[in-house]
Amino acid sequence: MANFLQKLLGMEKNSKDMAKDRLKLVLIQDRANMSPNMLEDLRKDLIMVISKYMDFDEKNLDVQMAEQDNMTMLEVNIPIANVKRNIN
Amino acid sequence: MGEVIVVTSGKGGVGKTTTAANIGTGLAAQGKKVVLLDTDIGLRNLDVVLGLENRIVYDIVDIAHGHCKLKQGMIKDKRFDDLYLIPAAQTKEKTAVNEEQMRAICNELKQEFDYIIIDCPAGIEQGFKNAIAGADRAFVVTNPEVSAVRDADRIIGLLEANSLNNPQLIINRVRPNMVKQGDMMSVEDILEILAVKLLGVIPDDDNIVISTNRGEPVVLDEQARAGKAYRNIVRRIMGEEVPLLNLDEEEGFFSKLMKVFKK
Repeated sequence: MANFLQKLLGMEKNSKDMAKDRLKLVLIQDRANMSPNMLEDLRKDLIMVISKYMDFDEKNLDVQMAEQDNMTMLEVNIPIANVKRNIN
Repeated sequence: MGEVIVVTSGKGGVGKTTTAANIGTGLAAQGKKVVLLDTDIGLRNLDVVLGLENRIVYDIVDIAHGHCKLKQGMIKDKRFDDLYLIPAAQTKEKTAVNEEQMRAICNELKQEFDYIIIDCPAGIEQGFKNAIAGADRAFVVTNPEVSAVRDADRIIGLLEANSLNNPQLIINRVRPNMVKQGDMMSVEDILEILAVKLLGVIPDDDNIVISTNRGEPVVLDEQARAGKAYRNIVRRIMGEEVPLLNLDEEEGFFSKLMKVFKK
């Protein structure tokens, strides 16, 4: 009953929607052949490259795969603290 | 020239063998010449689902290695004159047959039969590769569950990588009440995720268990919902346009009455 009320009030998602969301995410990784380990490696490499040019907090660098309009996208969000001076 | 159809799924236990048995039997009931091929070496089950387990002499490994003639290795069905089974070997490894041998067997069977239905083992290893080697067309069986749909997606990718393009989906064990409550993915949800063509939907039905107990495919049961669903699939395979079974359909008066008595 409590479960039903929660659903009615929109507090809890239908379990099938959860299944669908989880499937979509897991299939993006399956299809792109990108394991969480590979994503983590990519994140580390990005940190190395970008830190040559900008200052940012590594903890805030967020890398993930997402799906938009039937396209798989690589999303990288990096809040920048400071852009380094042009040395040349 | 016949058509070779492989029934796959990736995940085990979703109803591949039951589906292969029912499609094969259903096609035979429509007057087609059909042979069912069990390629699940080491875990054979198509024989028991069809109720033919007591008639086995030779198996697919014997045929592949020339220990018997193709004709000798085929078991005739109890119910239909034009339905045969080639059983899997129970005590060998999946590698006892190779892709080349499978292609040769399929090509020989195609000369004589309208449909060759292959029951594929679970997994994506050698057994799967053998099963699809000689196939012209592939069906993918899944359930409305995260794990089964995920594996179906992987299998579809592998089928396409092996030039078995446009596999068709069979969604098995759908429970309309759970779908209505939002606790089970609907046919539309699954199609949206997998983006393949749908061949049919089988409702979860106690009659499947009962018919398997008896060794009588449910497709021959005129009353069972699952039987109707399989008969529709058979007609679609033969090229007919058949609308999807309405799973919400009210139960008939008779089955309601039976339920009252069962209580």
